[in-house]
This record gives sequence, structure tokens and C-alpha cells, in this order.
Amino acid sequence: MGPDKNLLERWRTTELLLLGGSAGSFKLLFQMVKLLPADLGKTVIIVIHRKRNFFSEIAKLFAENSHMSLREIEDKDVLEKNTIYIAPANYHTLIEKGGYFSLDVSEAVWYSKPSIDVTFESAADVYKERCMAILLSGANQDGADGMLKLRNSGAVTIAQHPEDAEMDEMPGAAINNGGAGYILHTDEIFKLLHTQ
Amino acid sequence: MSDTSIVITPTQITELIDLVRRVHGFDFAGYTKASLKRRVVRIMQLKKMEFYDLKHTLVNDQHFFQYFLEEITVNVTEMFRDPSFYKALNLQVMPYLSTYQHAKIWCAGCSTGEEVYSLAILLREAGLSKKSFIYGTDINTEVLREARKGIYSLRNIKSYAENYQFTGLKGSISDNFTILYDAASVHNELKQNTLFSVHNLVSDDVFNEFQLISCRNVFIYFETELQERILELFYKSLCPLGYLCLGSKETIRSDTFKRKFKVINHKENIYQKIGT
Repeated sequence: MGPDKNLLERWRTTELLLLGGSAGSFKLLFQMVKLLPADLGKTVIIVIHRKRNFFSEIAKLFAENSHMSLREIEDKDVLEKNTIYIAPANYHTLIEKGGYFSLDVSEAVWYSKPSIDVTFESAADVYKERCMAILLSGANQDGADGMLKLRNSGAVTIAQHPEDAEMDEMPGAAINNGGAGYILHTDEIFKLLHTQ
Repeated sequence: MSDTSIVITPTQITELIDLVRRVHGFDFAGYTKASLKRRVVRIMQLKKMEFYDLKHTLVNDQHFFQYFLEEITVNVTEMFRDPSFYKALNLQVMPYLSTYQHAKIWCAGCSTGEEVYSLAILLREAGLSKKSFIYGTDINTEVLREARKGIYSLRNIKSYAENYQFTGLKGSISDNFTILYDAASVHNELKQNTLFSVHNLVSDDVFNEFQLISCRNVFIYFETELQERILELFYKSLCPLGYLCLGSKETIRSDTFKRKFKVINHKENIYQKIGT
């Protein structure tokens, strides 16, 4: 089953793609990074949970396999098109009204820093209906509140189908709280991202 | 975990900034708004307050303002956060400090003191404790009280032990503490050459001349214009060829200051003042 027309249209017009993942999401995110074309015309932000001293390894690995330009976020970086940004470990990443990032070292959310909620919530304030978020596998509930905020502000929110998720708690939480506007199987997510 | 029902508009944030400036003399206008908003929402959740109650209480209750100040600024810190930074400092800056008869260090935005004591340990390991002095400053009197005490929970110290190992310093972090039940109290020898006092980077001026200024993970809360004002303050506070350390994700972006500071370590954001 292909993605529905409305969803395709929203994907075409979206300016910002948010990807959130935790345990069991690494391989999927890696495949997505490999899949997205250099001229995607959108900004992509990846928030993935990891141990605090593991920082740039993921960014390095992703960068070597990405067609788009890819970098780990530094404070006050401006959000640019055709770029994938990785939220750094041991910081929360926020999006400011002027279209730039600010970092934050405050308390972990759901034991996580970076927290998916923090980035998604600030994206909801700034990008509203101009963004799309996908929440993938994970073993806690980070991201669910952020998905709800995004959805309430007009963004498209997609939860990975719990049957497909290695750890179903995270997408499950976003489905249970009403934060998921769509529940898609992994192959459907890839089909959508593959659509120009 | 966050309450999605609390909605704060940008206009309300501006209102709050104005109120705090007029009533209490603290200016948060140059702070990044997304982070500020998160802190305000957090206070409203913790205190179960509506926006109106928050403004009301901020005007009427001086104690509440102290609490507000503590919560609005982020006071999460670690000892030896970013071990590679301390490694670089040890290798690239300590030899320079040792050439001075007396080295003065300013730790700006020191919060509860973990970074000041990390620096004190590093200085001692470099054999510089007798000839160095660290000033720790923050806008918040309550965190400075904690910093002076130098008592941390044992659980936290254990989590800093991993950082410490990665710095390559000898011994273990717990060698610097007296442990009683679940509290770890920093040894007096480390406290001796430290002074903690109130200083507001937004409104206060130069107060001494330093060989090294460390201001890590403070700029992330400031918008670019305010960062530049504070870079000017740091520039004026450094001796010729003095060093400035920013957080590992904080770089000097302004062309004016790129000319005034030489990059010593690109990854760790260690800079050296050039010119006079």
C-alpha cells in the first residue's frame, strides 16, 4: 500500500523533516540518511538517543554515507536546506524563531539528553504546519509529547508501526497520546521519503 | 513528562522579561527565547501557576524571585564535562600559565562550582596550586552558596569518575573528596585558592585581569548580540595573550572577534587574545 495522496502532498511541501529515534532506530536512520538525495530541498534534523561520551562517532558515520551535507549541530548554527543536522550528545537542541539552533544543557528528559521532546516542541513553535516528524523505535516515552505538540500546531506526525519497531514503546506512546497523525509501516515510511 | 497544556506566547515572554527588568533589575532580553520559554513553562508546572499568578508572585514575593532566578538559569553542570577539553587545557594552556608568577583564572557562570574544582584539580596536577587563584562567578547567590560549600552527592561524584578517567589525570576523582555517607566534600586544599562571588555578565563590568577565562555552556543561552558584548568584556578582562575557553559547541562567529582571538584548539574552542 502506497502513502496516501494528502500525505504525499504534505511531504512535497514540507520544509523541515524531524527524525526521532532511540534503541533500535540506528539502522533505520542510517538507511534514511543514505536514501535522501543531495537536492532534497528540505532541512533534516535527527535526534537520536545515545550515551553522552559517544558524541561524534554517529555524525562521522552518517556523514560518510550521506548525499546531503551533514553536520553535528553547534550553537547558533543556521538551519539550511539540503542539510542534515545531528543533535549533539549531552545537549538538548532547540530551534529559535530566527531559524537557528540554540543548545541547552538542562536536565535530561526521560533520562535522555538530547531529548526528542525538546527539539520537537520547539519545532512546533517555529515551523508549525511547515514540518513533518517521524518517530521511530525506542524503549522509553520521549518524543510522544513533542509529537502531540507538533500535531496540534498543524505539523504532519508519523509513528513507526509498533509491529515493525524493534522497541515499540516510543512510537506506541505517541499513538496512545494522540500525537501520531499517521501510523506507517517501515516500508511505507521509506516509500514516502523516496518520493520526489 | 512535559505538560502540553501550558501555552505561553512570545508576547507573554516579552512581558515577563520587561517585568523582571523593571521590578528586579535583571535583564533577560538577550537570552535565547526557546530555552527561556522552556524554563518559564517548567516553573509554571512545578509551582502549578497560571501565567497571571507567575507575574503577580514575581512582583509581590522577593523569595519567589530568588527561586525564579535559580530555575530560569540552567544550573546543570558536571565535573570534567568534556574530558578532552581538560586534556587539551593541560597540554596547551597549563605550560603558559606556569610562566606567570601568579595566574588568575575566571570561571564565569560557575553555577554550583563543579567546574571551578575541576580546574583546581588540574592546576594542582600541573604543580600550580600555590601560584594560581580561581574566581568563580554567577548571577545567582544560592548556587554560589553551594559552590562555596563544595559538597556534592556521592552519586554525582561516581558519575564524574568516568569523565575523570578520560582526562588522563592520575589517581581517581574521589581522592579529592572526604566522603561521609552519601555526601562528598571537596578537600580544603582545593578550596583555598578560590573565591566565589556574584557577577552578572549582562550588566557587570571588568573586575580584574586574568590569564585564563573559562565560560563554558553559558553562551548557548545568549543571542548573538549579547554574546558579542560579553566577548568584549572577556577581551578587556584578559591580559595580553590570555586564554579564553568556551563550551565545545560554542564558537566565536563574529568577524570582529575572530580578529581579536586566535584559535588554539578548534575542537575544544580554546582561544588566545591577540593584540592589546
